[in-house]
Amino acid sequence: MNAIEVTGLRKSYGDIHAVQGIDLSIASGEIFALLGPNGAGKTTTVEILEGFRSRDGGDVSVLGFDPREEGHAAREWRNRIGIVLQSTSDSGDLTVVETIEHFSGYYSNPRNVDEVINSVGLDEKAGSLIRKLSGGQRRRLDVALGIIGNPELLFLDEPTTGFDPEARRAFWALIQKLRGNGTTILLTTHYLDEAEALADRVGVINNGQILEIATPTELGGRSTSQALVTWRDGSDVKSENTDNPTALVNRLTSKFNGEIPELTVTRPSLEDIYLKMIGLTHE
Amino acid sequence: MNKIPSALTLGIRRGGLEIRQFARQRESVIFTLLFPVILLLIFGSVFSDTIAPDVTFSQYFLAGMIASGLVNTGFQGLAITIPLERDFGALKRLRGTPMPASSYFIGKAILVSVSMVIQILMLLGFGVAFFGVAMPSDVNKWITFAWLTLLGSACSTALGIAFSVVPKSGRGASAVVSPIVIILQFFSGVFFIFTQLPTWMQQFASIFPLKWLTQGMRSVFLPDSFATQEVAKSWENGKTFLVLIIWLIIGVFFSVRKFKWDRD
Repeated sequence: MNAIEVTGLRKSYGDIHAVQGIDLSIASGEIFALLGPNGAGKTTTVEILEGFRSRDGGDVSVLGFDPREEGHAAREWRNRIGIVLQSTSDSGDLTVVETIEHFSGYYSNPRNVDEVINSVGLDEKAGSLIRKLSGGQRRRLDVALGIIGNPELLFLDEPTTGFDPEARRAFWALIQKLRGNGTTILLTTHYLDEAEALADRVGVINNGQILEIATPTELGGRSTSQALVTWRDGSDVKSENTDNPTALVNRLTSKFNGEIPELTVTRPSLEDIYLKMIGLTHE
Repeated sequence: MNKIPSALTLGIRRGGLEIRQFARQRESVIFTLLFPVILLLIFGSVFSDTIAPDVTFSQYFLAGMIASGLVNTGFQGLAITIPLERDFGALKRLRGTPMPASSYFIGKAILVSVSMVIQILMLLGFGVAFFGVAMPSDVNKWITFAWLTLLGSACSTALGIAFSVVPKSGRGASAVVSPIVIILQFFSGVFFIFTQLPTWMQQFASIFPLKWLTQGMRSVFLPDSFATQEVAKSWENGKTFLVLIIWLIIGVFFSVRKFKWDRD
């Protein structure tokens, strides 16, 4: 069974049609990245799936449950999911370990507190008050609180905003580890390299509609698109778009009789493809 | 598969957490707990007259201060701090966990009760030590005191949670909530003797719980002979009970139906 199943999802705020008929299936154990510019309907969609927002139309099933429902069934459902919101900042008068321990008490089968603290790399800060943490450390605490309940499905809303490159790599490793445990993850992010590194599939959303769903390497015909070959010929930098870069490189190798000066062969990056899809061109 | 903890268990744990958090905010501990005592010291020292045989203004004021303590720690405290928690996103995060709303409310009620008990003990201690307030010897008076405090805290907590949807932001909450409380205190016979207030003020105050709480507290801490000095010539404790119950129901109803976890 799919972890998330959405058909014909619609949501408007007055005259603004934030979500206009979205279909989405996310398999169990999959990492799915939802990409889209601000105001594309990303947050609205995710918050409907998380049970924070109502919808105007369409069918939604998250772990076999309609997030619209309330009462005890909703508690059982929330026991199986984890949510890392975009921005949370507590008053901060509790320590890291106190907070995580307290949240672990909300769930029927929580993960081990020390293990979770270790997996988000906060061991040295376990006894610190939250208000003394840096922005990146707070974000890691958010993630710790999202996974403490040992969720089957984890929502991550722009999890690495404000991270330095090293912290992002460490975070990606954590997500890979969760994937290893079979956790399904729905990720929204602004970082295309993050989506590429983590996601099995990406969905691009704009103006409340899904433009395409594909693997990061295949999105927008990326894998079959032309390659760009550039090299130096005397004082000029030459470039050529081609379907057969190997043939071109072979030709250049014989022309230069060996090493081709400043050779590069590139295919469009995920970012190039993404920007083209949402109607912006790369600078 | 274990079962999810019950709402009550989680509520009690949240109460412990709320108290720990509160105790670490030194400014608000001092403000909430010490402020009424300081007011008692000032008013008690300035107005030391006798207002009836065997009744000093300090005694009258002490009853009022205990009643307003219930309003301060419950209604005022919660209606100011909950919007802040909402702004921080802390409430939305809680909403995303299996913790039910009732546990959050229970936690707040525990916080209010504990700070209330500390505040009452301090007020009574200072009242006895400095202003010749005598502790009632009649068991019935203590029973009245117990249900007044219990019902008063519950009512104040529920109304504070209910009112927390009114301030648009955490920063503006204090500006919305504090004037309401201060005006009610003036109108309800906390700072002045109630019967000396203009009739329209008395009638307005009679709609709200604070007037009834102060009157009830006077029935505990002032001699029974003073009852004839009240507006109705009696303590009207039955009516007080009824008014508090009605406000409690209103508070719980709106808390459950209208509570906002999210900013927008």
